[in-house]
Amino acid sequence: MIEPNSYRTGPDEKGLFGIYGGRFVAETLMPLILDLEKAYEDAKADPSFQAELDGFLEHYVGRPSPLYYAERLTEHLGGAKIYFKREELNHTGAHKINNVMGQILLARRMGKTRIIAETGAGQHGVATATACARFGLKCIVYMGEVDIERQKPNVFRMKLLGAEVVPALSGSRTLKDALNEALRDWVANVEDTFYCIGTVAGPHPYPEMVRDFQCVIGNETKKQMLQREGRLPSSLIAAIGGGSNAMGLFHPFLDDKDVEIIGVEAAGSGLDSGKHAASITGGKPGVLHGNRTYILMDDDGQITEAHSISAGLDYPGIGPEHAWLNDTKRVTYVSATDKEALEAFQLCCQLEGIIPALEPSHALAHAMKVAPKKPKDHLMVICMSGRGDKDIFTVADHLGVKL
Amino acid sequence: MTTRIDKRFADLKKEGRAALVTFVTAGDPDYATSLEIIKGLPKAGADIIEFGMPFTDPMADGPAIQEAGLRALKAGQTLVKTLAMVKSFRESDQATPVVLMGYYNPIYLYGVERFLADAKAAGVDGLIIVDLPPEEDEELCLPTIKAGLNFIRLATPTTDDKRAPTVLRNTSGFVYYVSVLGITGTKTPDLKSVEQNVIRLKGHTKLPIAVGFGVKTAEQARIIAKSADGVVVGTALVNAVKNNLTPAGKPTPETVKAVHALVSEIAQGVRS
Repeated sequence: MIEPNSYRTGPDEKGLFGIYGGRFVAETLMPLILDLEKAYEDAKADPSFQAELDGFLEHYVGRPSPLYYAERLTEHLGGAKIYFKREELNHTGAHKINNVMGQILLARRMGKTRIIAETGAGQHGVATATACARFGLKCIVYMGEVDIERQKPNVFRMKLLGAEVVPALSGSRTLKDALNEALRDWVANVEDTFYCIGTVAGPHPYPEMVRDFQCVIGNETKKQMLQREGRLPSSLIAAIGGGSNAMGLFHPFLDDKDVEIIGVEAAGSGLDSGKHAASITGGKPGVLHGNRTYILMDDDGQITEAHSISAGLDYPGIGPEHAWLNDTKRVTYVSATDKEALEAFQLCCQLEGIIPALEPSHALAHAMKVAPKKPKDHLMVICMSGRGDKDIFTVADHLGVKL
Repeated sequence: MTTRIDKRFADLKKEGRAALVTFVTAGDPDYATSLEIIKGLPKAGADIIEFGMPFTDPMADGPAIQEAGLRALKAGQTLVKTLAMVKSFRESDQATPVVLMGYYNPIYLYGVERFLADAKAAGVDGLIIVDLPPEEDEELCLPTIKAGLNFIRLATPTTDDKRAPTVLRNTSGFVYYVSVLGITGTKTPDLKSVEQNVIRLKGHTKLPIAVGFGVKTAEQARIIAKSADGVVVGTALVNAVKNNLTPAGKPTPETVKAVHALVSEIAQGVRS
């Protein structure tokens, strides 16, 4: 593959990143997606839209989030100098709110009054319910029945915020099925409904739009690192389910060729076990949920179930731009198992006084593998995409502790 | 080029009646029963057979067709087996058009060129692929037309006069008008608005228009058949399969009969 002049120009007018992306949706949705694309283009060109979004990001979300030097973890690992981009300090406790604020302001601009969303770990659902409460919009969140069970605190949060949480009862009853249900809802409610997708996947323009709203992570990181260290980071590490926190951190650095970029997928019980959520490492190109990307499937093209201790990574696909960045080799995709993530989770609690979510624990797990081998002047940024309060029951269960 | 679908609609036009298009999921509840169901459909009154290719994540389908797909997959149905069933059907019926309906991923993985060659050899006449809008025509629609098969597109209540030419541009065989905003089998169509939309679409195309999504009774079929060229019944037939299985999901002596009886009943509506 020929190396492109820039890695930041995609997607093309058909919504493609190389062969990935596109608009693989039912005809009923096509006019809506074209409307959304136009509305988003208009909003991007309107300085008042960005100004309004910036205002909410500063005063409501609490941005900029700190770039924190993880001194004790650095000492413990004995190699790279490790920084955390503290997205877990955002209002609602994860990076998801960055994208939600953008999409909800866009929905208001489009005159939509009913917001639907899918959620896995519940972080996107909570962020959406939060923004809907703030603006007085009706909010319906689809969540797999299995995820409702393992993410009870977030389910209750959403209900407190006035959202209706609808269980997805079909298929594996996790994130992919919640996405199917949200798409089915949208087809049936085209007039008043805005579908607020939580990750850099789905039909064009979602992968581009969600990426743009999440790029605040990487843009701040760049500025903060230049202030702190006077140079760019040496490497970036982020966990990937659909891949929105990773894309938000990575994208502003894609053309800085000296910055090593690593995405960490969930290897579940291990890549060889067949029970994992590593779409790039263990899947192949296919078409699901409106886009072509790497997907976990069997030989007949049937989607297989993803497995991860982290509900937020438990998705059998990945954003199409990640698929392209993998094929062009600009970003390296690796994986971490449930066990490795649990170890990293505990280490972070003990050394840094930060309870990470299980999602970024996968990024931490990879950092634990590679940081010791790096020189001390290697600046490593890990995206601390969410806080782990929601996961304490799952972790306790795995550690054999009764709460 | 005239396909079986073109010929069937032309013949029915001479008869002065609409077509009954029947949808069942391939391999539901198992291969043998499903084959017996489709083999008996023409005699029961079906003019065109739509054969659903099961998929794990059917985003445009309601619970009934979702479950039918999962029953079929559980019983071991694959795309290869669906093509084999069409081939087997063709051995005894050369005239009834067979349209495969489903989602793109299994075909994409199978390989578009290989799939089209195998489908044509098996006796398939057309494809309806739910997640391939006109914006993705290069993927499968254009190769399908080139291979001499029909690519039947869904037009929906959101297909306004501005959008209609785009939707109809590379459509052939017939146009499938989705009568409700929503997924299969969950809402009841407003028959007055269906008629208006069929008339509106006829202003854009000379192709026959079949109406589906939510048609469950002979009476609905009778009314729709007055303005449309075809009536599609799916969820009701799939429910007839489901309602005549053992608690363990196995076929009973009634399974095949129940589907054919319902087809006969609705065929009366279409023909009256």
